[in-house]
Amino acid sequence: MISLHLVLFLAFGAVCVAGAINLLAQTHPINSALSLIAVMAALAGEYLLLGAEFVAAVQVIIYAGAIMVLFVFTIMLLNAGVEEHTKGSRVAIMVGVPGLLIGSVLMAWVILHRSGTEAVAMGALPGDPRTIGQLLFHDFLLPFELTSVLILIAIMGAVVLASKPEAIQKRKEH
Amino acid sequence: MVPLSYYLALSGILFACGVAGFLIKRNIITIFLSIELMLNGVNLSFVAFAAHWHQLAGQIFVFFVMVVAAAESAVGLAIIIAVHRTRETLNVDQVNLLKL
Repeated sequence: MISLHLVLFLAFGAVCVAGAINLLAQTHPINSALSLIAVMAALAGEYLLLGAEFVAAVQVIIYAGAIMVLFVFTIMLLNAGVEEHTKGSRVAIMVGVPGLLIGSVLMAWVILHRSGTEAVAMGALPGDPRTIGQLLFHDFLLPFELTSVLILIAIMGAVVLASKPEAIQKRKEH
Repeated sequence: MVPLSYYLALSGILFACGVAGFLIKRNIITIFLSIELMLNGVNLSFVAFAAHWHQLAGQIFVFFVMVVAAAESAVGLAIIIAVHRTRETLNVDQVNLLKL
């Protein structure tokens, strides 16, 4: 019997896999970035099916919104062109494709033999912002505060790395 | 009702596509996008396990993964800009020296 849940899972999953394969097939980075945005939007649908409403909203706003805008802006800023292939890329394909196949077979084996197959009821888990917030600001308060330090360091690192060397020199002289 | 293994299989496919892109692609920005794809695959397995075992902590881990992804992409894209400024290429085959 095919339930609506399964149909929705398959529909969003098909978009995810198609976007991921398109990311590999495209040669221009902007096309890869846009197909990754499609993957992220479809993943938000999967999160909704799993009862994680807040995660789905954050996925769209932060991941597909903020982080991918950063990527698209960098691609525009650097005026990235079509990928060129050299001798090293043949080596990467020769090592990469068998390695990928072995990894996929191992992963499929583990998933098929070692995971339970009980069903997940839709909406069985409260993933609303209230519960998430209580958990995040009570049980996970220390990791939450640590991530704020991490973000601060990342901001400073990004500013230092992306600024022009002459600008740093000028700042030192003053 | 969708079994947990379906979600894990989708997560594994996304992760494998990310690994393939990381190994096969030559453009440094596309390699970064592949890393993001891998992180997304792992996030899906976190949420699936959270729903399976009724442990909301799995969804909290997703937020931490997102924070780390945001920090990583900010620093990484700054490094890409710096590499592009000194070498004027985005091909990783031509970025084989730490110092110019």
